[in-house]
Amino acid sequence: MEYIMIFIVAVFVNNVVLSQFLGICPFLGVSKKVETSIGMGAAVTFVLALSTIVTFLIQKYVLDPFGLGYMQTISFILVIAALVQMVEIILKKVSPALYQALGIFLPLITTNCCVLGVAILVIQKDYNLLESVVYAISTALGFALALVIFAGIREQLAMTNVPKGLQGTPIALITAGLLAMAFMGFSGIGS
Amino acid sequence: MSNWKVLLNGIITENPTFVLLLGMCPTLGTTSSALNGMSMGLATMFVLICSNMAISAVKKLVPDLVRIPAYIVIIATFVTVVQFCMEAYTPALYASLGLYIPLIVVNCIVLGRAESFAAKNGVVASGFDGLGIGLGFTLALTLLGACRELLGTGKLFGLTLAPEEYGSLIFILAPGGFLVLGYLIAIVNKLRKA
Amino acid sequence: MEKLKSTLPNMLLSLTITCVVAGAILASVNDMTAGAIAASKAAALETAIKEVVPEFNNKPVEEAYMSAASTGDSLRIYPAKMDGELVGAAVESFSNSGFSGEIRVIVGFNTEGKITNYSVLQHSETPGLGSKMQEWFRTDRNKQSIIGRSVGDGLKVSKDGGDVDAITAATISSRAFLDAVNRAYSAFAQVDAAGGATSSHQTEGGNSDE
Repeated sequence: MEYIMIFIVAVFVNNVVLSQFLGICPFLGVSKKVETSIGMGAAVTFVLALSTIVTFLIQKYVLDPFGLGYMQTISFILVIAALVQMVEIILKKVSPALYQALGIFLPLITTNCCVLGVAILVIQKDYNLLESVVYAISTALGFALALVIFAGIREQLAMTNVPKGLQGTPIALITAGLLAMAFMGFSGIGS
Repeated sequence: MSNWKVLLNGIITENPTFVLLLGMCPTLGTTSSALNGMSMGLATMFVLICSNMAISAVKKLVPDLVRIPAYIVIIATFVTVVQFCMEAYTPALYASLGLYIPLIVVNCIVLGRAESFAAKNGVVASGFDGLGIGLGFTLALTLLGACRELLGTGKLFGLTLAPEEYGSLIFILAPGGFLVLGYLIAIVNKLRKA
Repeated sequence: MEKLKSTLPNMLLSLTITCVVAGAILASVNDMTAGAIAASKAAALETAIKEVVPEFNNKPVEEAYMSAASTGDSLRIYPAKMDGELVGAAVESFSNSGFSGEIRVIVGFNTEGKITNYSVLQHSETPGLGSKMQEWFRTDRNKQSIIGRSVGDGLKVSKDGGDVDAITAATISSRAFLDAVNRAYSAFAQVDAAGGATSSHQTEGGNSDE
């Protein structure tokens, strides 16, 4: 039950993009087509789950016992960067098909702040390993959900007449604002 | 380019928020009030100046293939320094900015300037570039924060300008962030073309 | 000077040096600020305690002890004494049923078990709505103030059949806040039941290093 709650809250109520403002850059950047947004969503889910496990273990078994809390930011970002590289190399060798699908999104993920954000948040929230993984995957699914919906809207938007000054990013941001308003309807669930 | 030009370039021609559209997460996440927006901008500016200068100073000593991880380590160091200083000396501000302080590391502006400017220019010029881009970012965040605070609560920097009942709370909440930024960018686009 | 070539030893060396220097800088900054961070946290706690309980002249932080709330959680209680006589206590409590994340409050009670004041230590409720709790429940308007009330079986918002006015448009945050207050009271009453908070302060003194 507890895990279902974490899931629902992370996907809908505290959606990572629309209410926590993490991962906005890829949200705006890779949302012009539904197809690519699904690929990006899948890649983020994969990396987020993996990196949260690794950073959680590093915090509990390296940083905490040795009193190295001040190295948190540095070690986490290095781990994430290394992990992304590794996933890229392994994927290329093991599953070229999957690499074809996700490959181009992987390098972009290092600077996706929701990856580092979630790694730090699970430590702050004092989750255990299983809760952390559930939280990480739910957050990533929330990201993917927002991204795919947004891409769908933008595909339609491309065919409409937008006032000149609002074309491009402004109208995208305003659309995102309306989407965030829609997600506010979920607020209150789970408490 | 003279240092003065480098400075103005960062504030106006290449304003990170309104023109380059970089660093959107802290831009939206920390601007629920003008003060928060300004503090976030200043924290980022400090990191930008320090990391730009440090990277420019060691650029010859870092081999090309490992430059990105080396830059990230340098940036993360300054971010952690800012984080500790804020926690120690401005605890209230630290609490309200929270997670966004360590997230300066992944702010694309910082790494972007390291790659595109500091890795090619001298220490002093890089410092000015950091100052310019940092000021541009701070101005944008303060402006956005001021708009949201005024529309949302009728206050500006905590000073009441209009009765609170006149404010529309939606501007403080998440959707308002997107909406206000969208319209601000539209206005800036219009002004730049004119 | 030539730029270093990307050979393996060069790469390893430059990365190692970067990391070592970064580590050293951070370790020293950590050392310099650790004291200030601890001091500012202690000062914040001290201010919060002073704000919520009647005037005292002991050191509540040093005499703090733990007490179990009815929910089974262990809460920290800071006894306030005037010339050795217990005048009240501040209880650090929390609630997880807030709108977003944990709410931490410190609630002051006098010896009669009435709420003297409260202070919100940490919350991440919606700014402009739930965040109003910092002032709302001590503003004397309609039935919204909880100052001077005795908790009894637990305070409830009017919507749930209680007699406390919830923050406009933030019933969930209000519920969570009262949940934290009720939890604080149950831990405070526990001490009362186990010998009376007024009479047992000598024995509590013995537990001060908990």
